[in-house]
Amino acid sequence: MKPPDRPPVIAIRGLAKTYATGFRALKGIDLDIRSGEIFALLGPNGAGKTTLIGTVCGLVRPSAGTVSVDGHDIATDYRAARALIGLVPQELTTDAFETVWATVSFSRGLFGKRKDPAHVEKVLRSLSLWDKKDSKIMTLSGGMKRRVLIAKALAHEPRILFLDEPTAGVDVALRKDMWAVVRQLRDSGVTIILTTHYIEEAEEMADRIGIIDHGELVLVEDKATLMRKLGKKQLLVRLNEPLETVPEGLSGYRLALSDEGRALVYTYDTREERTGITRLLGDLSEAGIRFHDLDTVQSSLEDIFVDLVGQRA
Amino acid sequence: MITNFRAVRAIYVFEMARAGRTLLQSIVSPVLSTSLYFIVFGAAIGQRINEIDGVPYGAFIVPGLIMLLLLTQSVANASFGIYFPRFTGTIYEVLSAPVSYGEIVLGYVGAAATKSIVLGLIVLATAALFVPLHIAHPVWMLTFLVLTAVTFSLLGFIIGIWADGFEKLQLVPLLVITPLTFLGGTFYSIGVLPPPWQTVALINPVVYLISGFRWSFFETADVHVGVSLGMTLAFLAACLAVIAWMFRTGYRLKT
Ligand SMILES: Nc1ncnc2c1ncn2[C@@H]1O[C@H](COP(=O)(O)OP(=O)(O)OP(=O)(O)O)[C@@H](O)[C@H]1O
Ligand SMILES: [Mg+2]
Repeated sequence: MKPPDRPPVIAIRGLAKTYATGFRALKGIDLDIRSGEIFALLGPNGAGKTTLIGTVCGLVRPSAGTVSVDGHDIATDYRAARALIGLVPQELTTDAFETVWATVSFSRGLFGKRKDPAHVEKVLRSLSLWDKKDSKIMTLSGGMKRRVLIAKALAHEPRILFLDEPTAGVDVALRKDMWAVVRQLRDSGVTIILTTHYIEEAEEMADRIGIIDHGELVLVEDKATLMRKLGKKQLLVRLNEPLETVPEGLSGYRLALSDEGRALVYTYDTREERTGITRLLGDLSEAGIRFHDLDTVQSSLEDIFVDLVGQRA
Repeated sequence: MITNFRAVRAIYVFEMARAGRTLLQSIVSPVLSTSLYFIVFGAAIGQRINEIDGVPYGAFIVPGLIMLLLLTQSVANASFGIYFPRFTGTIYEVLSAPVSYGEIVLGYVGAAATKSIVLGLIVLATAALFVPLHIAHPVWMLTFLVLTAVTFSLLGFIIGIWADGFEKLQLVPLLVITPLTFLGGTFYSIGVLPPPWQTVALINPVVYLISGFRWSFFETADVHVGVSLGMTLAFLAACLAVIAWMFRTGYRLKT
C-alpha cells in the first residue's frame, strides 16, 4: 500500500459513542482520512455512519476518543476544526420560506466568511441552481433541496466535505451530475467523505472504502486493492457435452458444475501469480472435454460487501 | 467568547427577516390588543377609579401593559426562534458551525429582544395617544425596557430548548408568564392588596420589573428602584447560568 504523503486531514482515534438509551452506536473507531481523497463509508442501516459523521462535525458528543481535523482537536479547537468542514446531512432539512440565495448566504456568514456574491453565484451555478436563486425553498423539488444543502455546505469554501447519502432519492441523471460535481470538488483539492447505500456509487467514485457495521470499522482499503484482494474471479467453461460429475482427473482444481452440467466453474484468485488457467485448459483438452466458449465473472464490491456484512450478522 | 461577528450578524439578520415576513402579525396584533386594554381599563373603567399614588389610572397602567407585552413577546419570539430550527432540523448547521454558545445566544436572543423593544416603543407611542404621559426618567425607562426584553428573551430561549413539542412552547407563556404579569401589578399597586398577599406578591419577579419600570415614569414604586434593578439583574444572571449549563451539557441540542 502506498504510504500517505501528507499527514491525515482527519485523524479519528478510539472514537466511541453510547447514546443516552445505552445503545453503543460506535465502538472504538480508528480512522485516518487522507488529504484530497474521496472516502466512501459503506454500511447497512443503523451501522453508525451518520453518528460517526455527526461526531466529527460537532452534532454528537463522543463518549470516548478524539478527533482532530487538520491538527485541530474538535473539542478544544472547535472553531478551527469546524471552519474547514462542510456538512450535507442525510435528512432534507431546509428552511421553507427562505430563498435559495438567502439560505446559502446565511451559511457563509455563519461560518465567519465575508460576503462574496461571486462565490455564492459560482456554487449555485455549479449545482444548476442559479435560475432558482430567488425561489423559496419550499417550492423546490426534493432533488433541488438536496442540491441546496450541498450549496450551503460549499458556501464557506470548506476543505473537507461530508456527504451523508447525497444521492438518496435522486434520479439517475442527477446522480451522474452530482458525481461530476464531487469529482470537480476533489480536483480542486477538497477532501470528500461520503456515505451511500449504492455500492456502484462507491465503486465509481471512491479512492478508498471503509465498511462499518454495528459501530465497528470492519475494513478500510484502497478501492482497487480491495476489489483485487477480495475480488475472486470465476472462469466459466461452456461445454459442448453436459457432464454429470467433475471428472476424476480434474479433482485437483476447485471446480464446480453449473447450468445443469453444461458449464464448469473454476474459481481463482486474481492476486496469485499463477492462476492455473493455462494448465486447466490444457488438462481439459487432454481429458477430451470439449468446450465452445469461455466467460469470466469478477465479483463486484456489492458481493464483497454482502459477504463481509453477511458473515458478521 | 464572541469573535465570529459575521455569524452573530447572520443569525440576527435571519431572525429579523423572519419577523419581517410576518410584520403585520407581529406588530398589528399586539398594538391592537394593548389599545383595547387602554380603551377598556384606561378610558372606560378608569373614569371610575381614583388616582393611584397621584397618577390617573389610565396613565398608571401604561408601564404595566408595556411590561406585559414585553414579557410575552420576548418569551414568544425567542422560544419560537430556537425551537423552530430544532423542530425542522436546520439547527444542525448552527451546531456544526465555528460559533461559540455566546454567539448563538447573542444572535437569537439579540434579535428577539430587538423585536420586543421595538414593539414596546410602538405601544408606548400608541399609549401616548390615549392618555397624557410624562416620563420622569427616560434613561431608566429605556434601561428597564432593554433589561427586561433581554432577560425574558433569555428565558424564552431556555423554554425553546427545553420544549419538546409545540404544546409546551405555548403552555409556559400561558400558564406562567401571563398570570405572573397580571398578578405582578399591571393594573394595580401592590399596596392595595391585603398585607399577607403583599408579602406573597414579593416572590413574583415580575413585581420588581413593573415597579421599577413604573417608577421611571411616575416616580412611584412598590419597591425601591434599586431593589427592582437588582432583582432584574439577578434574574438575568440566573437565565444566563441555565443557558450556559444547557450548552455545556448539550442539553436537548446534541445527542
Ligand atoms: N439519538 C439517538 N439515540 C439513541 N440511539 C440512536 C440515536 N441516533 C441513532 N441511534 C442509533 O444508533 C445507530 C446508528 O445510527 P446511525 O444513524 O449512525 O446509522 P447509519 O449508519 O447512518 O444508518 P442509515 O444508513 O440508516 O442512515 C442506530 O441503531 C440508531 O438507532
Ligand atoms: Mg445515516
